[in-house]
Amino acid sequence: MSEELKVPTMAEYMAEGKQPEILFWVGSAGSYDDRAKKITKAFVKILNKAKVDFAVLGTEESNTGDVAKRAGNEFLFQMQAVMNIEVLNAYEVKRIVTCDPHSFNCIKNEYPGLGGQYEVIHHTQFIEELIASGRLTLGGDTYKGKRITFHDPCYLGRANSVYDAPRDVLKKTNANLIEMKRHKGTALCCGAGGAQMFKDAEPGNKEINVLRTEDALETQPEIIATGCPYCNTMMTDGVKFKEKEAEIKVMDIAELIANA
Amino acid sequence: MEYIPNIIFAVILIVGIGFFARNIKKLIRNIKLGQEVDASDNKPQRWKNMAYIALGQSKMVKRPISGFLHVIVYVGFIIINIEVLEIIIDGLFGTHRIGLSILPNTVYGFLIGTFEILAVLVLVAVSVFWIRRNVIKIKRFLSSEMKGWPKSDGNIILYFEVVLMALFLMMNATDTEFQNLGIGNIISQCIAPLFDGVSPEGLSAIERTAWWLHIVGILIFLNYLYFSKHLHILLAFPNVYFGKVEPKGKFNNLEAVTAEVKLMMDPDADPFAAAPEGAEDDVPAKFGASDVMDLSQIQLLNAYTCTECGRCTSECPANLTGKKLSPRKIMMDTRDRLEEVGKNIDANNGEFKDDGKQLLGDYITNEELWACTTCNACVEACPVSINPLSIIMDMRRYLVMEQSAAPMELNTMMTNIENNGAPWPYNQMDRLNWKDE
Ligand code: SF4
Ligand code: SF4
Repeated sequence: MSEELKVPTMAEYMAEGKQPEILFWVGSAGSYDDRAKKITKAFVKILNKAKVDFAVLGTEESNTGDVAKRAGNEFLFQMQAVMNIEVLNAYEVKRIVTCDPHSFNCIKNEYPGLGGQYEVIHHTQFIEELIASGRLTLGGDTYKGKRITFHDPCYLGRANSVYDAPRDVLKKTNANLIEMKRHKGTALCCGAGGAQMFKDAEPGNKEINVLRTEDALETQPEIIATGCPYCNTMMTDGVKFKEKEAEIKVMDIAELIANA
Repeated sequence: MEYIPNIIFAVILIVGIGFFARNIKKLIRNIKLGQEVDASDNKPQRWKNMAYIALGQSKMVKRPISGFLHVIVYVGFIIINIEVLEIIIDGLFGTHRIGLSILPNTVYGFLIGTFEILAVLVLVAVSVFWIRRNVIKIKRFLSSEMKGWPKSDGNIILYFEVVLMALFLMMNATDTEFQNLGIGNIISQCIAPLFDGVSPEGLSAIERTAWWLHIVGILIFLNYLYFSKHLHILLAFPNVYFGKVEPKGKFNNLEAVTAEVKLMMDPDADPFAAAPEGAEDDVPAKFGASDVMDLSQIQLLNAYTCTECGRCTSECPANLTGKKLSPRKIMMDTRDRLEEVGKNIDANNGEFKDDGKQLLGDYITNEELWACTTCNACVEACPVSINPLSIIMDMRRYLVMEQSAAPMELNTMMTNIENNGAPWPYNQMDRLNWKDE
């Protein structure tokens, strides 16, 4: 990315005695995973472009504990949660946006019971908001008429019934949005959830991400749009497995919008 | 002498309902073996769910063919059973078609006519169901957990319905008085000619036989429920009421863990302080679930309600890719184990005697549990609001927190989170490096 990204931290805001409009929860994948970092940067580019007053926790952010919880380690989850809540509450955070549906679900639904009450939104919801309020305008026809199919992340869709925001945003790019046979409530998981991302699959006759990629390929897409760093990895691997990486790109909605 | 049929009828009725009540009592006792849960929240939403999902079958029709046929059988069955009311009154008081003397002829005719049409529709629907199960062999009815009893159970119910409907129509067709009235015999008038040569006494004998068999059949059906997936015709209602009303992604936070974490994180906490009064009983003996008693009462109600339809399994990404996990099997295993525990209690004068078995391992394997992606597809698909995922999660919790039996890669991932706040071995201090890369 050529332009300089502005990424202020909560500590910097605090030092100036100011509160940002929103906290950007980067998440572990978004901070460390090479592919996911590109999504993070794309989203920051959007935030900068829309002149959003945001901040990150930076080195004060820790893993949400979500993946530990899904793996069955409630102890580790609650330790992480309590630690993060302490930091968030100390900064009096009210509103959080994240590109990771797992963090989104965890902070939104599971932190309140442990003392962390925030308004949490997914980045596709925030982008929708920015476009609707006129703070973000999409120029150019980068995606006009392009065949794009959207893969619903389980933790955004079924888990929290957010189906429309990502689709509405995609439609704003004038792309040709084509639904897979299984979509929204019946969308197939990419295979990464429930801590599967970190282990080999149990014996079976196929990898889940390959099956899901086949769903996507049926729509003959030019781009497979995702809204989750883990889905992105799984679908990217699936497309490679099918040897289609030359024709089909797997992109997060943030990346699509950052270039639109 | 003239009261003998009434007495026999009353005895049959009492025995039938008595056995049924005994089964229901056992069912409630078994469910109460589970942990109590508070479901007093969101009452309006719960009633709404019951109206839409259980009564309104809103999830059934997501699969149009089976959904539509099911609605026919369901509506038909409920409405035709109004007729049972008349049968019971007639049986107890020795009347014949009491409805005719209470209701205007046209109303009675309309009712019976509706029942007859529904009976035929049910017969058609049930036949299609039978073909789907046995001839077309729809995939979700063929999984390994559907061999043996579950398969027979599915068919037995269909035969039951055929017999009951046929008896109802036959009873009407051979009732000369009713046929002569010429009201409401829309279907049975087409069957009546089959008995043209039969003497009036013969007809009456057939009519009586059909009448008796019909009511006895219904009582047998009632008592068959407890052993069948057909328990859902009763339990779907409470089960949907108690179904999850929060976002599907929200998993419960274990309170016992919260208490310990608070203690660990609080620098002022006195680790040697005596536990507050009553706290001892609040702390469960273990974290997570290894047997049915560790599950919640709602999860056990789920198990009894499961219709074994397999809609969950047919949407499960793990199952679709050949893994052993099948959310339907999770529910069936839970019910089977619960039944086993119940029988154990019956045999040991009301006390459960350790049988060296448990749900984990003897019924559900680690391999199944670890194959789950927690995607909630099963929960979304279930037409009666069952949550197989919650059982999988509780058992994973037991594996990890009580047995440290997570797959090795997951242990590595968790150690990383513990040490450096990320599932990978990166330095916490490098968390913001992306911004300058
Ligand atoms: S939550 Fe688990 S059991 Fe249910 S459909 Fe998804 S992978 Fe299968
Ligand atoms: S859990 Fe629900 S979807 Fe699955 S078999 Fe039972 S009733 Fe059908």
